[in-house]
Amino acid sequence: MTETGKAIALHAGLVVLLFVLQWVLPAYHHGNLARVMVLATYAMGYNLLFGYTGLLSLGHAMFFAAGMYGMALTVKHLGWAPAPALVAGIGAGLLLSLAVGALALRTAGVAFMIVTLMFAQAVFLTILYFGEWTNADDGLVLQRAERMMWGLDLSNDATRYVAAWVLFTVCLGLSLWLVRSSFGKVLIAIRENEPRAQMLGYDTFRHKLAAVTASGTMSAAAGAGYGLLFGYAGASFAGVQYSILPLLWVLLGGAGTIVGPFIGALFTFYLIDIASGFTSAYMAVVGGVLIALTLFARQGIGGELRRRVWRWLP
Amino acid sequence: MEFGPYLMLASLEGAVTAAVLALTAVGLSLVFGIMRVVNVAHGEFFMLGAVLAWWVSSWFGGPAAVGFIAAAVIAPVLVGLLAAAADMTLLKRIDYDPERTIVVTIGLLYVIQQVTLMTYGPEARPVEPPFNTRLALPWFEWGENGFQLYWPWGLSTTSYKLFVIAAAAAVLAAVWLLMRHTKIGLIMRATQLDGEMAQVFGIPVERVYAFTFGLGAGLAALAAVLIVPIQQAHYLMGGDPLLLSFIVVIIGGLGSLPGTVVAALLIGMSDGIISVFFSPTLAKILATLLVALVLVFRPQGLFGTRAA
Repeated sequence: MTETGKAIALHAGLVVLLFVLQWVLPAYHHGNLARVMVLATYAMGYNLLFGYTGLLSLGHAMFFAAGMYGMALTVKHLGWAPAPALVAGIGAGLLLSLAVGALALRTAGVAFMIVTLMFAQAVFLTILYFGEWTNADDGLVLQRAERMMWGLDLSNDATRYVAAWVLFTVCLGLSLWLVRSSFGKVLIAIRENEPRAQMLGYDTFRHKLAAVTASGTMSAAAGAGYGLLFGYAGASFAGVQYSILPLLWVLLGGAGTIVGPFIGALFTFYLIDIASGFTSAYMAVVGGVLIALTLFARQGIGGELRRRVWRWLP
Repeated sequence: MEFGPYLMLASLEGAVTAAVLALTAVGLSLVFGIMRVVNVAHGEFFMLGAVLAWWVSSWFGGPAAVGFIAAAVIAPVLVGLLAAAADMTLLKRIDYDPERTIVVTIGLLYVIQQVTLMTYGPEARPVEPPFNTRLALPWFEWGENGFQLYWPWGLSTTSYKLFVIAAAAAVLAAVWLLMRHTKIGLIMRATQLDGEMAQVFGIPVERVYAFTFGLGAGLAALAAVLIVPIQQAHYLMGGDPLLLSFIVVIIGGLGSLPGTVVAALLIGMSDGIISVFFSPTLAKILATLLVALVLVFRPQGLFGTRAA
């Protein structure tokens, strides 16, 4: 089998497995996996920028929140149906990431991380400041009637699982296509050596801006999906913690691999789930794993798989 | 109250904020300047200082002053030692690579914060100030008898708040003397200019790094000991100082000590004054946006000369 064939077979296999699992899993894990697939979509968006372009953002929660609130605010205050609201959320993420990218990409390295962190903090505080519309700390709860999309009840467990699966599959396919296209190859070239990519005649600024926008928009899609599927939009999703988590998922699963974000999100979800059974201080686990990964396993699980077993893993 | 006395009260509160902020931010700035490392866990060292201060002062018991002095000595030293240990076990191993350091210090942030939650608990606890006399402040007016002083109701401060300002100024002066007029300072500045060259000249750069990281964390802890009689110790209290110190260090120019102090005064005072008259959330939004834009359009900071 060719490498392209193997790559497509592996990812199609994962997607089919996830689809079949809905009839096998007990209710508790069924709900968890739906959540993990949406979070993994967020992580895949993050991975486009961090894993493939080599830009470390500490403020992706602003894109996640832009999608979530772009969706929830139009539903709550304009009375939109879920489908156009979803589009509004994705559009909000697109515009925000375009604007933030245009400004933040004037910096590099540590300054880029701090600038994205600061912009995300400003977005978080803005959500709190306009508490009249966003209901600040308590957040917005979407009722069952507001989550009926094309006659499907998204608050129903089975429908929700399939909807999360569709979102995950579409974004997985898009990522795979994107990183294997010539545009994706340029992004990888920028990650490996930006001056050299520039010398070859590529407009690296425009490519990086496109990467920030694609990454931010995919994160917004995950945010809008999360809000719609789980019926809640809260300011905590815009906080620093939600900017750190996708970094952890991607580092754990393997930066610069397509399946890495899913593995990382799944692993972290259950790790936190188990840890929170013992202590309320479960974020200590997140911190410990971050430290251990940086010290001992820079490539993450996906990276190790690529190094040892599947050299062709995209 | 009229506008004048109100403004004076706001600036006094602002000066206390500025004093504590200057200490915290100078710690962050020293670490960045000498090691070229961004320490995201800095706010947690601040929080540890406050929590240890509560711990030490309640362990000593007796008169408030004894506990406070013990806390002011023990807490920063313990935090400094912990930070130096973290430097030697974690940061040294990843060669101070800027991006990986940020990830590791984020990890450290959560570990310190959550371990504090597990041991110290979620309560906010106060430390008793060693002295706390209420001082009424005069204000002047042009009355029928010409210029005269009077004591408006509510215009007052406490002796402890004035002590915080004085103590912070003294510590900052000591840090400046250490950097400018001692051999340790000379060695630290040499390492800052060119780490490799310093090593060639026989300077133990690794030990200088461990000392600097410990000193920076110790300064944050000391700032927290000073503020904890006014603000209670809580495991989540590290977030705001971290954000504000970042703002100060960036506005002041990364790695520039005088710039950091000037920026701390500016931010602390304006934060105090703006929060009295406007919504504190709006003030924070404007401050964070300002910082982001300063980094984008003037990466050397408003007072610095070197890019980040």
